[in-house]
Amino acid sequence: MEEKKKNILSMQLNVDDFVPASPDEKESLVVMRESVNFWQDGFRRLRRNKIAMTALVVVIIMLILAFIVPVFYPYGYEQQIKGAERLAPMEYSSTELEAIANGESVFPHILGTDQNGRDYCIRVLVGARVSMTVGIVASALILLIGASIGAIAGFFGGMVDMVIMRIVDILYTVPDVLIIILLAQALQFPLQNLAKVPGFGWITAMGPNMMSMFVVFALLYWVGMARIVRGQIMVLKQNEYVTAAKALGATNGRVIKKHLITNCIGTLIVTTTLQIPSSIFTESFLSFLGIGVQAPMPSLGSLASAALNGLQTYPEKLFAPAVMIFIIILSFNLLGDGLRDAFDPKMK
Amino acid sequence: MAKYIVKRILFGIATAFIVATLTFFIMNLVPGGPFLSEKAVTPAAQEALEAKYGLDKPLFQQYLTYMGDLLHGDLGDSLKKRGFTVNRIIETKFPVSARLGGIAMLVAFFLGVPLGCIAAYKRGKVVDNFIIVFSTAGIAIPSFLSSTLLMYILSTKLGLLPSLGLSEPKSYIMPVIALALYPTCYIARLMRSSMLDVIGQDYMRTARAKGVSTFKMIFKHALRNAILPVVTYMGPLLASLMTGSFIIEKIFTIPGLGHEFVGAITSRDYPLIMGTTIFLATFIIVMNVVVDILYAFIDPRIKLK
Repeated sequence: MEEKKKNILSMQLNVDDFVPASPDEKESLVVMRESVNFWQDGFRRLRRNKIAMTALVVVIIMLILAFIVPVFYPYGYEQQIKGAERLAPMEYSSTELEAIANGESVFPHILGTDQNGRDYCIRVLVGARVSMTVGIVASALILLIGASIGAIAGFFGGMVDMVIMRIVDILYTVPDVLIIILLAQALQFPLQNLAKVPGFGWITAMGPNMMSMFVVFALLYWVGMARIVRGQIMVLKQNEYVTAAKALGATNGRVIKKHLITNCIGTLIVTTTLQIPSSIFTESFLSFLGIGVQAPMPSLGSLASAALNGLQTYPEKLFAPAVMIFIIILSFNLLGDGLRDAFDPKMK
Repeated sequence: MAKYIVKRILFGIATAFIVATLTFFIMNLVPGGPFLSEKAVTPAAQEALEAKYGLDKPLFQQYLTYMGDLLHGDLGDSLKKRGFTVNRIIETKFPVSARLGGIAMLVAFFLGVPLGCIAAYKRGKVVDNFIIVFSTAGIAIPSFLSSTLLMYILSTKLGLLPSLGLSEPKSYIMPVIALALYPTCYIARLMRSSMLDVIGQDYMRTARAKGVSTFKMIFKHALRNAILPVVTYMGPLLASLMTGSFIIEKIFTIPGLGHEFVGAITSRDYPLIMGTTIFLATFIIVMNVVVDILYAFIDPRIKLK
């Protein structure tokens, strides 16, 4: 059967184009490799970054030292050992030496003791716990508040944006030391009263000062996060999927939660990780001023501040918390940098 | 542009006004008062003191009086330093902090920017790694640690530098290092990352093809484009450095504004708190406007609107 030559202008379709695919052809469409999603992609890149992985390991070691080791440590952070005041590192008091002579085993004071006979090593560890708790909780608060406010400002724009950004301007301008000191004083009594209400006893355990510190972080430091999120949302909301979601009848809240926040999750992770060291910085600064966590609970800042007075005679008392602060902040910073390289879409 | 600047200034005045109002009411609503902590003050004497400074009047009336005086540039009398006006205190303390902060700022800028440029140009080389390691370590040291360590090593152990005050030029060295450490490292990091962006641009290749020297290429062609993030950071930084760091002023016993301010807050010296806050706020606002205007000069593509 001779095929008739097809007219070039004919609209008739060529039947050969619609033959079912052969097994060979099907083969080419089989997915050879699992598609990589956002998280896998980011973590793969993170795992290849040696510095960031080292920092991650250091952060985990620090978390273990601060949160798990004190549970098993033979001394308590407020336990005062009589006769063991101001011991040098690895030194024993006379009573302890006697006990050792009698065959008892006494756990060494690795970093010595302070002027009240408290083991300094456990105080540094608990101090690290306090500082890291403050850093992490404060960053979580900042993430929550900053991201919501920033998203609202960026999404709605116009008047809402204008009002929020003016509030941000004002908060940037108010000296934070002023608000922190005043709030710490103002909140002390209400919080102490609240601690007496059943169910709020945990406030006493944490100390009202630490609570007011969280309030301060929540009130003042969300502005940076809000600015970053706002910028991201303003770009993201121009995307077609937002129009599509709106056309399908999604509410504003759903668009923000489901589509916009999820799309700037990389920025959120990075900013929060980098917020942790800066919160620890602020905490140590406040404790240094004496308005941070309450004695006898130590924080790295208050330990360093207390060590200043005896700097000439006991320099090691300053070095221990100083090195701790340095390692914690450095490793969180390096981890944050690594996360940025791994998760920031702009860096790809 | 003139319209934009006028608009920014008006917004700035509004912000300063709101900050002043907020501070006034927060300060007064917090429990405690300026004369409560003083020893041997009988209730009668306290009333007399409060009457003298107008603290017995209703709060809103105090606010109106204060704002009225403020419009005339009068920041009132200090409650704790008898015989000193707040204007006088700021006039004497600010120059001390400003000189120190200004020097630290210059050090941070003229050290941080070249370091960042060199690191970006030598990307991946030993110099780059060296600069990265040091700048990352530098932003992990709180200022109270760097200043105490400096003091311990340079003045207690080696006895090279005086540890207190600002009596001689030598005594500026340690506070300036302690103040400038963080911003220097931060600027170096900022500069490096924005420089890396710029170095990859086509016009850099063009400049190189034309035969521009490396030095001129980096410090003229690339720097102008890469320095914007640093300028953004420097506005607020200059304000915070020049108005004094409490920690460093306390450790090195420097009679500056930062020290005075924290002292005023803890002792509830209301007029001094108000005066310093308004002064600091105005400084920050002015710096932000200056930064915005500088933008347009550095990068003519940016239109102010």
